[in-house]
Amino acid sequence: MSVMSSAAILGQLPIGATRQKSPSPAVAAPQVSRGSVAPGTAKAIAASAGDFRFYWFGLFAVAAWLALGFIALGIPDKPAGFNDVWPYTQEFGMGALVLSALWAVLSVQAGFRRATGVFGRIGAMFRYVAPWIVTIGIFLAVWETLTAKTGVLEPPFFAPPSSLIDIYVSDYARLAESAFNSVKLLLEGVIWGAVIGLAVGVAIGWSRAINYWVHPLLRFLGPLPPTALLPIAFFFFPSSHAASVFLIALATGFPVAILSWSGVASVNKAYYDVARTMGASEWFLIFRVAIPAALPQVFVGLFMGFGASFVVLVVAEMMGVKSGLGWYLTWAQGYAAYVNMYAGLIVMTIIFSSLISLLFSVRDRVLVWQKGTVKW
Amino acid sequence: MVEVLERESEPATSGVASHISINNLSHWFETPTGALQVLDDVNLDIAPGEFVALLGPSGCGKSTLLRLAAGLEPATAGTLTQDGRPITEPDPSRIVVFQDPTLFPWRTVRDNVALGLEAQGILKQEGARVDAALKKVGLQDFAQVYPHQLSGGMAQRAALARALVNNPKLLILDEPLGKLDSLTRLEMQSELVALWRKNGFSALLVTHDIEEALFLAQRVVIFSPRPARIVAEFKVDRPYPRHRGDNVIADLRHEILNCMGLGTSW
Ligand SMILES: Nc1ncnc2c1ncn2[C@@H]1O[C@H](COP(=O)(O)OP(=O)(O)OP(=O)(O)O)[C@@H](O)[C@H]1O
Ligand SMILES: [Mg+2]
Repeated sequence: MSVMSSAAILGQLPIGATRQKSPSPAVAAPQVSRGSVAPGTAKAIAASAGDFRFYWFGLFAVAAWLALGFIALGIPDKPAGFNDVWPYTQEFGMGALVLSALWAVLSVQAGFRRATGVFGRIGAMFRYVAPWIVTIGIFLAVWETLTAKTGVLEPPFFAPPSSLIDIYVSDYARLAESAFNSVKLLLEGVIWGAVIGLAVGVAIGWSRAINYWVHPLLRFLGPLPPTALLPIAFFFFPSSHAASVFLIALATGFPVAILSWSGVASVNKAYYDVARTMGASEWFLIFRVAIPAALPQVFVGLFMGFGASFVVLVVAEMMGVKSGLGWYLTWAQGYAAYVNMYAGLIVMTIIFSSLISLLFSVRDRVLVWQKGTVKW
Repeated sequence: MVEVLERESEPATSGVASHISINNLSHWFETPTGALQVLDDVNLDIAPGEFVALLGPSGCGKSTLLRLAAGLEPATAGTLTQDGRPITEPDPSRIVVFQDPTLFPWRTVRDNVALGLEAQGILKQEGARVDAALKKVGLQDFAQVYPHQLSGGMAQRAALARALVNNPKLLILDEPLGKLDSLTRLEMQSELVALWRKNGFSALLVTHDIEEALFLAQRVVIFSPRPARIVAEFKVDRPYPRHRGDNVIADLRHEILNCMGLGTSW
């Protein structure tokens, strides 16, 4: 409740101040955000305080995480298998309570509907993600209840969310090394695949002779899943690492080649006429006309190739490479350490989705010129 | 008016303008149904600095003639020469402006205008020409904008700047104003005249608009339906800038309509 009253005070105070300074606070507000953080924030709050309405929905987030904390701390664990109590339940519960308090603060901050600058952006972001925060809180509470507290879902196949903390603390080194090796192997293969795929795609889009020889091969061999070549590749290549790089490159390169080719083939022919009348060389036509014009399609290929490369990476690591997250999963399975497996899967999800997000932001940078025309 | 007289009396220098000579030019396209003739024994001479307009029914072969003059395709029969040298390949001294601006969407307006200098590898030394060209067409404030942010008229102006930056000796215009609204069109006709008079290049214009041809060109050439043959030529001996209400031009318009078999609509 103290939260409420301080909000009310903030709500009263600055109105007079804004009025004195400028007759039009709506106009004054945007200028304010450019200032240094502390005074800028203060002014931003001041300018927008007239519009303060407490963000009531935020209380659902507070309640959900409060409930999670109370369940974790207040209800005793049900003994199951060789565990009497699950580790890190205390820390988990405390963490939930701390976050619950944070949501309360943010609910106040999100009440300043017109605030600008970093302060305003954080408030706006909280308003945007609040439904997800509520959902995740409820999900964790149900999960904790069904596993640690009631034992409806039993070990070793199920474990409470708090036990994941245990894995991340105790098996940190192995997980980090696996993650590092996976990313390294993946990027090695993806970069080779993207570069070669682009080169091949542009070449068959450009040259009739290359098209004659390479296109049928691509059409014939392309649909073969690279994972099917895994056993042969492990046999032919000097190391399982080299074989995996090859297969990941193949998985990435195929869609990149096909889409680069179609991108180059569908370039408006008038662009070439324009460039040629202005004295463009063949080199210029390829690198300054064909490839830039094909880039939107190349990126579609890259997204498809990235997806395919994840599959090959995980399978290769499970089958032959003695490191990486795929290997970690099979290793955990071998010891029936299912909590480790969940921990590994979560790391994998975060890495793969981050890589995809990274590619999205690269695309947005490279294809700024498309803004307003096409968007996917 | 003083300026007009000055320009009129100035002899066209061959340094900035080309003499184009087209002799017994015929052209066929290979099509699935056999050879298609589009040009039939065309003879046309463009004096250095002259502005010639071509009129003719749709699909008769006007654009084809322009592509051959630009050197984008080899002619089947006959010869084209520029200042006595045969035209065999594209060259920055002969620049085409198409009906669509065909700006490269991935380049800013400035980089689009810089295209020719970049392709010829002289952008570093001659970069100032880019800004000069942008200024000529009034786009200096839109240099950093991408083409999709331009209006149709602005895009066509940018295409014009992209052509002019190369200091062409022959400017080839294939219905350059065809897709613009009528007001922008009138405005740009005047700009085109001004640019031509200031720069002194030879110009070869295809248009569907008889008034446009008469407002811009010193000579109007009429083509037959495909395969294109020259059926008539009209000299437009009027000083610039011209007036749309000019009586001589109105009479010429009537004659040309007659010649194209559209006299009854007068
Ligand atoms: N590359 C090509 N291959 C085959 N036929 C072509 C080709 N280019 C043009 N043609 C044909 O040649 C004829 C003349 O075309 P062109 O574009 O020169 O006409 P145009 O006079 O410019 O017409 P418009 O006024 O409509 O622009 C048309 O019948 C067209 O179909
Ligand atoms: Mg045409």
